[in-house]
Amino acid sequence: MDLKKIIEVKNLIKKYGDFTAVNGISFDVKEGEIFGLLGPNGAGKTTTLEIMETLREKTSGEVFIDGLSVDKDSNAIKGIIGVQLQAAGYYPNLHLSELVELFAGLYNVDVNPDEMLGIVDLNEKAKSKYKDLSGGQKQRFSICTTLINDPKIIFLDEPTTGLDPQARRNLWELVRKIREKGTTVMLTTHYMDEAEYLCDRVGIIDKGLIITIDTPDNLIDDLISKGFSKQREQKLASLEDVFLKLTGHELRDE
Amino acid sequence: MRAMLALTKASLTALFRNPSAVIFNLLFPLIFIIVFGFISGGSFRIDVAIDSSSDMNNPIIESLSQIKSVNIVKGKTDAEIASEFSKGRIDGLIKVTKDPSGNPQFVAELKTTSASPEFGAMLRMILNQVIDKQNLAINPTGRSFAELKEQVVEGRKFKTIDFILPGQLGFSLLSAGVFGTAFIFISLRQTLVIKRFFATPVKKLYIIISECLSRLTFSMMSAIIIILIGALFFGFTLVNGFTTFVNMLLLSIIALTVFLGFGFVVSGIAKNESSVPAIANLITLPQFLLAGTFFPISNFPEWLQPVSKVLPLTYLNQSLREISFEGATILDVLPSIGILLAWGVVVYAIAVKVFKWE
Repeated sequence: MDLKKIIEVKNLIKKYGDFTAVNGISFDVKEGEIFGLLGPNGAGKTTTLEIMETLREKTSGEVFIDGLSVDKDSNAIKGIIGVQLQAAGYYPNLHLSELVELFAGLYNVDVNPDEMLGIVDLNEKAKSKYKDLSGGQKQRFSICTTLINDPKIIFLDEPTTGLDPQARRNLWELVRKIREKGTTVMLTTHYMDEAEYLCDRVGIIDKGLIITIDTPDNLIDDLISKGFSKQREQKLASLEDVFLKLTGHELRDE
Repeated sequence: MRAMLALTKASLTALFRNPSAVIFNLLFPLIFIIVFGFISGGSFRIDVAIDSSSDMNNPIIESLSQIKSVNIVKGKTDAEIASEFSKGRIDGLIKVTKDPSGNPQFVAELKTTSASPEFGAMLRMILNQVIDKQNLAINPTGRSFAELKEQVVEGRKFKTIDFILPGQLGFSLLSAGVFGTAFIFISLRQTLVIKRFFATPVKKLYIIISECLSRLTFSMMSAIIIILIGALFFGFTLVNGFTTFVNMLLLSIIALTVFLGFGFVVSGIAKNESSVPAIANLITLPQFLLAGTFFPISNFPEWLQPVSKVLPLTYLNQSLREISFEGATILDVLPSIGILLAWGVVVYAIAVKVFKWE
């Protein structure tokens, strides 16, 4: 992939008092790819993401989003990215379609709320309130709000945490659909199957440091070439396959 | 700009769907107004003393003594009267003398005290009315101008509602400003709605301005409803009709803007939603009781009155009454507005210090 670097992170450091959450990490994300930041809880994934989203100040280092510096052009960056926070709320007492209109106002763009909700398959819920949605619907709505300004990049922070297998798979397809339209996707996850299925490249981060960056295939091949083999012989199906076979792929709403 | 409008609209839509906002802004004051509207006339008394040098046998004092809400104080020495008058326990001093020229026959002098401005004003109205009636009676040919005046005066009979409604309106504005703003900002902060807003290009200031605009719109709608219901169903006096109405609304906007500042302070101090009521009540409750919402502050013991005279709501209530009943305009109540704005400066200075985004 010889595409242009749409995100560049160089020597990023973030300290909270004595605690170093991010300890000098560097990576690039190429235009149009799905890049995953993997790591256990507390590894620094969210902090890194929120610095890129201009929501958090960094201690040092450089971050460029589509050539714009987070130090100088944070407002311009906000205009070209879509952000799904790990935990976020939406204005209380409003319907989904009203929330979409609100965000359209905040981004100063014109959208058709029904069309936007259609992208994430929430047309039927246009008159519902966010708090009355199921977990999967909430995540889909969050992703919907990231698309309102037709962003170049969307950031998804643990988008499938807490979802059932059907909802997770549904969300994976949604993320792929978004990428097919040319949007770059940067996500964090601690589910390896998710990263393997979705991501073109992944960076594995632990204790504020990036340990490795590559495509999931290369990383696996690399490990096998070093003589690694699973303790137990791999079966041709997993328990999740059984579960999905028995319960079906349709979404439960839920 | 568009972002601000979108936010204002969203906030307003949410407000209308929020039952507690509707209840506190509208229902609560209306209930008081209705309750007091139905027991009108009974609960207050204007104390009037007659100057010892006054002519006692004249139609003016006689008519005055027949008015139910006027109590003519008797059997007190001049010194006692003077002392009670200065404290506002006696609301007015009347001296009627025969005019030697015989035209007019009598000259009535009324002294009121700033210690009891509300009742002083009432007394002035009542006295005017009495004199106008006498004028008419004495001069049966009745000049057309006198007849007209009589009608206006007749319409300005001071009723309980004329006292209660401005107080309720004032308090509704105060609680909308304090509780409303405090709750919404804490809840937007805690539910991370604000954080999500920050991920969009909207300016922080717009978020605040939009919330204020939405509160102002909502509260002005309630104010309009409260005043109209009062005027239509309970005979609330709007002396100069629409002009008075507009002046009341203008004053309400100024006052609410000041009160919103209290809300920002509370939202900054309170750790979470459950500590809002305690802090907000600390601001609103004393004013509810002491700022002349239900009772004229002149009814309070002397030592308490200075406290009343510091509270911003006192000045809003007082000015609203002056506007609605005495036909004052915004310009006439500038001193009170000055005090409100002084509170505004102090409160917003604190708000800037304590306000928290996250």
